[in-house]
Amino acid sequence: MSATPPVAGRRWRRPPLFIQSRLWRWVIYSGVLVYLVLAVGSLEVDWQRVYAGLERAQRFIGGFLVPDFVTRSDQIWRGMVESLTMTVCATVVGIAISVPIGIGAARNIAPWPVRVVCRAIIAVSRAFQEIVIAILFVAMFGFGPFAGFVTLSFTTIGFLSKLLADDIEEIDESQAEATRATGAGWWQIVNYGVQPQVMPRLIGLSLYRLDINFRESAVIGIVGAGGIGATLNTAMERYDYDTAGAILLLIILLVMAAEYGSSHIRKWIQ
Amino acid sequence: MLRIDALDKRYKTGDHALKGVSFTVERGQVVGLIGPSGAGKSTLIRCINRLVESSRGKVLLNDVEITGMSGSGLRRMRRRIGMIFQEYALVERLTVMENVLSGRLGYVPFWRSFLRRYPQADVDKAFALLDRVGLTDHVDKRADALSGGQRQRVGIARALEQDPELLLVDEPTASLDPKTSRQIMRLICEVCRERQLPAIINIHDVSLAQMFVDRIIGLRAGEVVFDGPPDGLDHAALTEIYGEEDWNQMRAEKEEDARDEEDAAAFEATRRERMEGIA
Repeated sequence: MSATPPVAGRRWRRPPLFIQSRLWRWVIYSGVLVYLVLAVGSLEVDWQRVYAGLERAQRFIGGFLVPDFVTRSDQIWRGMVESLTMTVCATVVGIAISVPIGIGAARNIAPWPVRVVCRAIIAVSRAFQEIVIAILFVAMFGFGPFAGFVTLSFTTIGFLSKLLADDIEEIDESQAEATRATGAGWWQIVNYGVQPQVMPRLIGLSLYRLDINFRESAVIGIVGAGGIGATLNTAMERYDYDTAGAILLLIILLVMAAEYGSSHIRKWIQ
Repeated sequence: MLRIDALDKRYKTGDHALKGVSFTVERGQVVGLIGPSGAGKSTLIRCINRLVESSRGKVLLNDVEITGMSGSGLRRMRRRIGMIFQEYALVERLTVMENVLSGRLGYVPFWRSFLRRYPQADVDKAFALLDRVGLTDHVDKRADALSGGQRQRVGIARALEQDPELLLVDEPTASLDPKTSRQIMRLICEVCRERQLPAIINIHDVSLAQMFVDRIIGLRAGEVVFDGPPDGLDHAALTEIYGEEDWNQMRAEKEEDARDEEDAAAFEATRRERMEGIA
């Protein structure tokens, strides 16, 4: 080892992260800046319409500040119950279908033909946004919560199977190897070597998906898939902002409650 | 009795890990497998219970050929070969008892293991083994709540719960401190002698191996370069296994470790004296 004599005043700079050449760094960064300025400049803002919108927003906010829970309470109630039923059923059914698909899609435990099929199902389910799928299922099954239930189950599969499969692929292999070394069969390896490692995350993801499904149930109601979204849509179309405000407040409350509850459960199962 | 005949393993990456390894292990014999890292020790013992597939050659346990088995035949063979792992490889989130009972997975149907309804005989055996390895008080603790030495004891109990006819041990002491390492090695060798169980122990600590095993096999670059009693392992043999430079370095490290341990003991002694002086 050659000893370097200590010298004062040696300079040090953090090495650049992405672009090594100093010149290119300047060219690219300033190019991005110029583009941003031009892009913002090209926006045509019609201030008259903004002004009109502000007026409408005022009425909105006025409505939200005096939410009306009473006038259409039975409709709100029905919408809420429908949404919750839809959410819970879709989440349960979704999980039940996702778990086998997720196991089948994991590279380290499933043979490749099974994996290809499962990955394909996941890809189809993830390809479209909830609303697009909801429109399709409303067209198939007609208006109402059944279409919503099918939509949410379907999108749950894409979400949960993929994350479960990724999680299974990241397990500590030595635990599964040790289980295999005892002469365990495939199901036993999954039950002993894999399941204990992914269970906490699976429960956490399922609770998170319950959250998401409730929020989505409000959105897909707007395209006719039933639930509180349908009630909200009707209220908006009637310019009934007081009721709409009440519905939004209830949705916020429920989402908050679900969030609070699920974070508690997740902490408890760790 | 275990017989390994001209075992050859070439990985897809081109590494020639084992080059025609042959030897026989008699009943009740504890064999220490030593060699530099990358010599093929891990590959060799994994080829025996087919966690790794060998490319050529044969492995026979009690005159039954293991290589070439598949499906349920392979599983029935595996359940008779206990394995103990380097980083314990316990299922961390399961309890100590579940880990030990998992040694019976090859014997019980899926529903029993799934519902954790093992036959009473298996449970009795598990309790007896936990007694034997000194973990009676930790039956229902989760495996990740135990210390390293305790975990390895669970690993030993799991392997013995299989009623094995052969024990494969992969670097059992690699993540343990010197004192615990000696305890674990002693325990493994004791149970092997109690049960007349043949064992192959991968171990990188030469002096620890010499202390406990009956026979040493030295592996270098996938070939057996030494096979004999621990006393026969002289300077020349070790140089043959590890190469001149590495062996000298290992010895130097060993001496340094010993000095460190002495220093630590001396420090501990003076500290105790001081504490007594205060009290």
